Amino acid sequence: MSKDIRIKKGLNINLVGAAEQTTSKAVLSNVYAIQLSDFHGITPKMMVKQGAEVKVGEPLFYNKNMENMLFVSPVSGELIEIERGDRRRILTLKILADKTQEPFSGTALDVEKASKEELKAVLLKSGCWPFIKQRPYDVVANPDTTPKSIFISGYSSGPLQADLDYVLQGKEKELQTAISALGKLTPGKVHVSVGSSKSPLSSMNGVELHNVSGPHPSGLVGTQINKLDPINKGELVWTVTPQDLIIIGEYLLTGKFNAERTIALAGSSVKAPKYYTTKIGAEISTFLYASGVNEENFRVINGDVLTGSKSKPDGYLGYYNNTVTVIPEGDDYELFGWNKPVFNKISATRALTFSWMQPNKKYDLDTNTNGEHRAFVVTGQYEKVFPMDIFPMQLLKACMVKDLDEMEQLGLYEVAPEDFSLTEFICISKQPHQKIIREGLDLLQKEIG
Amino acid sequence: MSLKSKLHELKLKYQGKKMAPAFNAFHTFLFSPDETTHAGGTHVKSADDLKRTMNTVIMALVPVLIFSMFNAGYQHYSAINGFPADFSLMNDFLTWDNFWIGIIKVLPLVVVSYAVGLIVEFIFAVIKGHEVEEGYLVTGMLVPLIVPVDTPLWMLSVAVVFGVVIGKEVFGGTGMNILNPALTIRAFLFFAYPTWMSGDKVWVYGARERSEEILAGANVDAISGETILGYLAQNKGAEMTYSVSDMFFGFIPGSVGETSAFLILLGGLFLIFTKIASWRIMVSAVIGSLVMGLIFNQVVDFGWVGESSKFYGLMSFDFWKHLIVGGLAFGIVYMATDPVTGSQTNKGKWYYGFFIGFISVMIRVFNPAYPEGVFLAILLMNVFAPTIDHYVVRGNIKRRMNRLKNATIYPKDSDGKAEELKAETV
Repeated sequence: MSKDIRIKKGLNINLVGAAEQTTSKAVLSNVYAIQLSDFHGITPKMMVKQGAEVKVGEPLFYNKNMENMLFVSPVSGELIEIERGDRRRILTLKILADKTQEPFSGTALDVEKASKEELKAVLLKSGCWPFIKQRPYDVVANPDTTPKSIFISGYSSGPLQADLDYVLQGKEKELQTAISALGKLTPGKVHVSVGSSKSPLSSMNGVELHNVSGPHPSGLVGTQINKLDPINKGELVWTVTPQDLIIIGEYLLTGKFNAERTIALAGSSVKAPKYYTTKIGAEISTFLYASGVNEENFRVINGDVLTGSKSKPDGYLGYYNNTVTVIPEGDDYELFGWNKPVFNKISATRALTFSWMQPNKKYDLDTNTNGEHRAFVVTGQYEKVFPMDIFPMQLLKACMVKDLDEMEQLGLYEVAPEDFSLTEFICISKQPHQKIIREGLDLLQKEIG
Repeated sequence: MSLKSKLHELKLKYQGKKMAPAFNAFHTFLFSPDETTHAGGTHVKSADDLKRTMNTVIMALVPVLIFSMFNAGYQHYSAINGFPADFSLMNDFLTWDNFWIGIIKVLPLVVVSYAVGLIVEFIFAVIKGHEVEEGYLVTGMLVPLIVPVDTPLWMLSVAVVFGVVIGKEVFGGTGMNILNPALTIRAFLFFAYPTWMSGDKVWVYGARERSEEILAGANVDAISGETILGYLAQNKGAEMTYSVSDMFFGFIPGSVGETSAFLILLGGLFLIFTKIASWRIMVSAVIGSLVMGLIFNQVVDFGWVGESSKFYGLMSFDFWKHLIVGGLAFGIVYMATDPVTGSQTNKGKWYYGFFIGFISVMIRVFNPAYPEGVFLAILLMNVFAPTIDHYVVRGNIKRRMNRLKNATIYPKDSDGKAEELKAETV
């Protein structure tokens, strides 16, 4: 029996510059990069040396704490640079792509016949495993564990996110293969949620299908988990994003790691926002300038405006991203910005802010903080946009004071930083919610495991 | 060179220096800062910040302040010349004479409250090296509105220093305090200088001087500036000449800004509409006070308390009138809703508000010496707010713990690191 999810608490952030539903092929990128910051908590151990030739899907490094978890190259070519930071921590691996694009040896797997162990081994070896994330802690799943259920959100409610109904079109076969495979990894259910019946995911077999409606964050997988099957202490839930399912499915069908992905280039600074097909790790400039940029002073975000990471115009597409957003930087002063009526910004209050009058108006927001960082003062604001059965402010405070008992009891196991992106957006005190939650999760994982 | 770039240069010059917080406070007052969002958080932020929030509360207080300036004069002249027979708003109330009294009596209270309080805030910000936080913008406006009009300025200064330092800064500043700073200041004044804070000589400008003149032998009539609650506490309700509409619109003596229930109601509606203050606290506090008032009315109706009782005057006072006299309405709208010192959970706010209303009326009736209980009730509930929240949050935790009983936890696979899968290190 499928259960529908209706969210009332939340806030839609309507921005100018949604991607038009046409897809172009991006120019081939010369250099591709794997950014280690995409894999939170993974300590890489290199398997190839700088200067080595790698093939498509050839392992580059493995997880030091989980030696069978491999991370592979999205393209074939030469590993030209291993960029390191403090204490020689690896930051970025750069691969100069060659023209031939030779695939690394791999074998297809008949999912129907394969055992759970075979499946795991293939996913780990092929480099597909890192697409599977786990909660609690919002990290790459531990292959030695068994989740109670697996969640896939096929609905993107966030600002300017790629429309999944659109980018998944024609990929039904890959999606079904990946979903069948995931179904073998859990004795529980595979929950798939869709925003409309148009979604290719709505025809999948072997899943619990849920219709999602309501404002953002209804599309966040954390919200859906909380409504359907909340995580208790000790329990595990795995999540995979649909665009990563395609890569998993294609590998299982063909034995080839295909890092190709349709991404949305959106945001008010983009002249012609639309979709591009490119590959994981590609240079953002290969499609950014094809669409054109409106202004001088802009910010490129790897991901959406709430959860993405700051990038440079010559940066690289993140491992998990299907959206690149470009918005104007807001590094300018505003005369009496704190007391004059505001018509061009979104607000969760009505304190001389008028976004409540036009809920469907699209806004052109910049990166200005619209105020300074303060202690928590106002109460009851977060609850209006936070649909989970959790006290958001109390949980944030528990994380800030590092009270492990409270963190556990107040539900830190159920959340990921992205679940606090909306509360961070509306926060009057401009507190860094996602960072606080991330640090809390890291601490909890370190202390309790 | 524009002001904007000049200030920007100055900001860079002061950056990291000791006086930077002081400079920034003025700078951010003029210009909202050029700060952009950090990496690793949301890249866009909503338009609201603490300055805007506090400013909204101040806007809700401005009509009350202006009314109180006229009322200071109106009460003064009415006490000397008697209340006008045919009251007309334009001719008897909104006059320059009345406003002038407001300028010389009320405005100095506002100026001193802000000046002293902000100096203390600036000193603490500079010493502790954090930005000047906006909490005092509202406190500084509340303080002059909840004291008697004749409060000496030096007394107010001492109280403000005490309230800001002990009530707020020792806890860590805005957002960290347990007690409402404005009410801490009020409580300090009440317990340190009780003769200036209660009785029938402090509510109307000139009453105290007149009584001193009489003591010195002058042949003039004494001014009575008794408040309605004062009359009632002495069982002299019958001597009162104020109509219900006087009480509601606020043409009565009392603390500077508390008298006009009408404007306070408008301010409260504005705060609810702008989503700045909690409607839950306001509604439940009104309910709480009505319930307590009704109980007292019933006690009188049953004849348990006779007319000779010292409680009779206040107990027999119609329950709903409690809301339009004294500081109850002001306290409910502007003080109880302080988010820092109030309950933080939505459910807790219902209990918190209810008890504020309930206890306010209770103290009012049972304390004939000083028939104004709202500030004590709010301070008391400030102390209990964390306890209320604790039990509300426990409820959530309990739900989570109950769920835990049915947790589905699978054992780990046998270490899963088959030899052939092991990666090779370079």
